[in-house]
Amino acid sequence: MSDVLTVPRSRRNVEAALLLLAFAVAVGANFVAGLEREEPFNDYFWRQAATLVGMGILIHLILRIRAKYADPVILPIVIALNGIGLAMIHRLDLPRMENPDFVPVAPQQLTWTAVAILAASVLLIFLRDHRILRRFTYISLIVSALLLLLPLTPLGLEINGARIWINVGFGTFQPGEVAKITLAVFFAGYLSTNRDLILLAGKKLGPLQLPRFKDLAPMIAAWLVSIGVLILQRDLGSSILFFGLFMAMIYVATSRVSWVLIGLAMIGVGAFVALQLFSHVALRFDSWLNAFDPEVYNRAPGGSQQVVQGLFGLANGGLAGTGFGQGRPDLVTYANSDMIIAALGEELGMIGVFAIILLYILLVSRGFRAALGTKDGFGKLLACGLSFTIALQCFVVIGGITRLIPLTGLTTPFMSAGGSSLLANWIIVALLLLISETARRPVRTAAPSESAAVPSASGRGALPRRPKEGSR
Amino acid sequence: MSELTVTLLRYGFLLLVWILVISTVSALRRDLVVGQRNKTGTPSPRQARKHPELVEEPAPSRPQARRLVVTEGPLAGTTLDLAASPILLGRAQEATLVLEDDYASGRHARLFPQGSRWFIEDLGSTNGTYLAGNQLTRALPVDPGVPIRIGKTVIELRP
Repeated sequence: MSDVLTVPRSRRNVEAALLLLAFAVAVGANFVAGLEREEPFNDYFWRQAATLVGMGILIHLILRIRAKYADPVILPIVIALNGIGLAMIHRLDLPRMENPDFVPVAPQQLTWTAVAILAASVLLIFLRDHRILRRFTYISLIVSALLLLLPLTPLGLEINGARIWINVGFGTFQPGEVAKITLAVFFAGYLSTNRDLILLAGKKLGPLQLPRFKDLAPMIAAWLVSIGVLILQRDLGSSILFFGLFMAMIYVATSRVSWVLIGLAMIGVGAFVALQLFSHVALRFDSWLNAFDPEVYNRAPGGSQQVVQGLFGLANGGLAGTGFGQGRPDLVTYANSDMIIAALGEELGMIGVFAIILLYILLVSRGFRAALGTKDGFGKLLACGLSFTIALQCFVVIGGITRLIPLTGLTTPFMSAGGSSLLANWIIVALLLLISETARRPVRTAAPSESAAVPSASGRGALPRRPKEGSR
Repeated sequence: MSELTVTLLRYGFLLLVWILVISTVSALRRDLVVGQRNKTGTPSPRQARKHPELVEEPAPSRPQARRLVVTEGPLAGTTLDLAASPILLGRAQEATLVLEDDYASGRHARLFPQGSRWFIEDLGSTNGTYLAGNQLTRALPVDPGVPIRIGKTVIELRP
């Protein structure tokens, strides 16, 4: 961790340039999507373009004032993804417009985008430093527990067998999406304080250093939470997400492989038991393994029609896609939420989907980069955990659609129709931006031991310092 | 709209997305490059000419810290040999150095080796940790002979 001096650069102009490109992608997607079925430059087109561009510029200006040294590529990537998602949702609305009862999804999603970006702005303005969140370690544990229990109260709604929504008057909300943030805050606070205790040596088994039994308590708690979500809310996706988040964070905190192996063993046990006990899990597995079996395809609940239609769509798209607005992605059930990657794969082809996946990879890598750069353990763990949730969600969704793993109902970050997911992911973006700002910001005061030695009157003592990039 | 325009727009959009990806990557090339140019942080010759103060003098060879000595407080005189593992300071029984100091928190601070140096990090203690008289806000390197104050206890690293 040797300190190397460089000229600090805020790189906000780089962000502005990339943001222009991202606006072009977002507005271009919206324009091309509606080309076939509606007149160009209609009201909705302008509303969507204005909202995205206005909100993007708002965040950019806030960053210029509040977090000058934040990472320059996170915002453009997210705006582009959000814009492509909105365009796809709008495009999937169009074939259903003839139905008089149909309420278009895209305007709702646009409102949620505005709300989510406003929430992120508020967070950027009022939370100057992510380390403040460390004070709320245990409060966020309680909040997570409440959020996870909310759908089980009379407020909760059961949709398609999963009880993960609550009714909030004007719509539905998935508290689990917000719970992943509060859980990440709790794990980061808990692990950064107790890392040394957890690291205390336990028994050695060959090359593995096993943890002491009492240190396993948090892991067992996380496992119970995941199993509880699986049993009580019947939601496999969130269950995988919460446990994966915890495993990633404990591995990052302790760098012990034994934890990962124990965690995988516990997942194995949980999956086996769930497979035996719950029909919905068993059906998921069956429609994954025997997807093309006509009997499985036509089964009324838990059939493989959705994933197979998605695969047909991807095959129809081929390398370059059918073109935005020219395929039939609307044949897939939930094309605009769970299966949006299949819809994009059909219309943009492999070339387009790879670009989208690369954008996700870049976003996640920037999150990890912020974690490497920041100096406090809490921030490191939080940034790792939050970026890992985005990565894991992408893996579970895209893996499910391409039949690499069983299909589970998780949202594609920033793209799927669904307000709570959008809100949660924009809050994650705000947190990553804040952490990257502390990682890159030059530290104005020299380290105490050195400040005593270097007289500041020399005019060079107060030189901005920055940690060496990529040194670890 | 003619077939040609639609086809052009369709490929144009794919191109646009890839332009975004590639420009993002190139904006990050300072971070992503491997090989010769990955000495990020080292000032380029041009930067060095413009800001002569950036050129780092060769680091003075530091004596390695080998012992931890309590110089003040209830435990004054205690010494502890430093190994390669982190040290937890505090009143809790699990701590490596159990401080019998009413002003220390259970898990007060940790000292950990990284590279050739030792770092101290406050673990969210109530009364704070002071390195050479300044309260810690982040992990900082500790050089031998610099006092670390925790409550009424003062410890030092010795070579």
